Amino acid sequence: MNFFSTIQLVFRTLRARKGRSLLTILGIVIGVAGVIIIIALGAGAQSLVLGQVTKLGSNLISVQPGKSNEKGPPAAVFGITVTTLVNSDIDAIRDQGNVPHATAITGVVQGSGSVIWGNKSVDTNFWGTDGGFPGVMNITMEAGRFFDKAEADGGANVVVLGKSVGDQLFAGTGMDPVGQVIKIKGAKATEAGGVPLRIVGVVAERGSVFGNDQDDQVYVPLPIGQQQLLGIRYLQAINLKVDAAENVSSTIADINRILMQRHRIQREVDADFTIRNLADAISILTTITDALRIFLTAMAAIALLVGGIGILNIMLVTVAERTREIGLRKAVGATNSAVRNQFLLEASLLTSLGGALGIIFGVIISYLAAVGIRTLGYDWAFEISFVSIGLAVGVSILTGVLFGLYPAFKAAKFNPIDALRYE
Amino acid sequence: MSLIRVENLAKEYVNGEVVTPVLRGVSFTVEPGEFVAIMGPSGSGKSTLMHILSFLDRPSTGRYEFEGLDTSEFSDEYLAGLRNERVGFVFQSFNLLARTSVLDNVKLPLLYSRVKKSETLAKEALAAVGLSHRLDYFTNQISGGEKQRVAIARALVNNPAVLFADEPTGNLDSKSGNTVMQILQNLNDQGRTIILVTHEQETARHARRILRVKDGAILADERVLDRVLAFSDKELVK
Repeated sequence: MNFFSTIQLVFRTLRARKGRSLLTILGIVIGVAGVIIIIALGAGAQSLVLGQVTKLGSNLISVQPGKSNEKGPPAAVFGITVTTLVNSDIDAIRDQGNVPHATAITGVVQGSGSVIWGNKSVDTNFWGTDGGFPGVMNITMEAGRFFDKAEADGGANVVVLGKSVGDQLFAGTGMDPVGQVIKIKGAKATEAGGVPLRIVGVVAERGSVFGNDQDDQVYVPLPIGQQQLLGIRYLQAINLKVDAAENVSSTIADINRILMQRHRIQREVDADFTIRNLADAISILTTITDALRIFLTAMAAIALLVGGIGILNIMLVTVAERTREIGLRKAVGATNSAVRNQFLLEASLLTSLGGALGIIFGVIISYLAAVGIRTLGYDWAFEISFVSIGLAVGVSILTGVLFGLYPAFKAAKFNPIDALRYE
Repeated sequence: MSLIRVENLAKEYVNGEVVTPVLRGVSFTVEPGEFVAIMGPSGSGKSTLMHILSFLDRPSTGRYEFEGLDTSEFSDEYLAGLRNERVGFVFQSFNLLARTSVLDNVKLPLLYSRVKKSETLAKEALAAVGLSHRLDYFTNQISGGEKQRVAIARALVNNPAVLFADEPTGNLDSKSGNTVMQILQNLNDQGRTIILVTHEQETARHARRILRVKDGAILADERVLDRVLAFSDKELVK
């Protein structure tokens, strides 16, 4: 009996029991769809993280005030105000002799406030920073320029708008934002009118990074942000960019040495600052997503196992139901192996059908998930790898063969006469 | 060379401690072209004898030569091949595949052989039993007599050396039964060897020779002198 006629035979049998066949393969459908979705979401999450990293710029180091554990969150997360990082620390680190591999460096403070132009007012976030900011954060300008070091250090009354803030204020007015004067009010500011600032540039669109809209922001010189908007004298962070990945650790050591010296700290444990690099943050994130993926894969494997047991069960029922048919086939010349192959093929055809349906559902669900996540503003890639489809097909056929083996061998061993007499 | 030669054939069923002898040393020969009826009451061992002769079962002891070869040496695979190509089997309860067309039922044995023109052979076999007009009917759409004729066509499709029929008229009304017996007689007239199992004297008298079996032994081996000829069925001719 050849392969093709066996396939025909099996299809006819399965068609005759549509409802039962569909229910039987449901477990396989769920398992395979799970595998497809998990792999697709994993790939999407990975490309999202990688995309964000390139957006932030690689080889980024951040110095934050306050001591924290090696991998734990910085003190500021707990609402503790730490004032130990100050503007002069930036200058010390900026000195090329001290930190040779830093290509750009910037001190930052952040806060929320409102921006007023004419009769329009927009609530937004502001960054108080200096001329090093574009170099560290990979910022490109859509119009005008970023303020320079002199303007920043001197606290000039200038401002750079994020893309969406610029659009909200000036879209439809036909006016060039650059050169206009806006007023900005910090949330804590006491002055009634706000600080008047002249727009010198608009930043090109940046998208979201880890859920933050990078375009709903304005940038002001550090002294304006610190003194006039926030009323503080310290820094919330110093960010810097290193020329190459292999120099990140030596640069961290350099900064550590400088700050220990400047802050007159003897022992490492007493340090009043924390140095982080982006690679650490990414590796933590990767660890979490990997753990999640292993967990979900285990769930999918359990679904496949349950599906396989369903196949085993239904094949045993099928073999019992068709005992007389098996007897007849043997009586007209079917060999043991022909009978065995028929049932093996039937089981694996069932599961590959389940696999095919699972792939279709998995792809559809992954696609819908990608569309949904994109509407939330993330740059989510919809990726279905051939590896995952191959894996799904392989696993489903293997499940069929594995769980079909016992019923198939059982059928093959029937004595034709006993089988024919079976009631 | 005899087609079938059995010598001291015995079969016993072992169920735990209980040993039930079914055949106790049976010997006879069948020549090509014969029409033999194996007759006996139920439990006499006639069906078991037929199952052994048609390779559906193996004897416990004794010798069975088929076409001059000792079958005790044959592997299961080889016996499957013999069932496929050298013998045909007609059952009392038809044993047709449900939800399957008449033509596909007849093609079933060819599925397990290397025959190429299975469609043509199956149609020829169905023509031989007068069912050319039922090719695409499903087996639940035809009458009992027609079902048995499909079963005969299935048994004939591989052009076997011998056709076995186990109570072929047992589930049929007398008219359909007569048609089936007439087909068997026609086949025998054309030279086909036929071995029939029955417990009815009337049916056995369609054959040319009767082997009377009782309690697992052959009581008598007699020529049929008053042979019954099934009436000519005009339906069948078309």
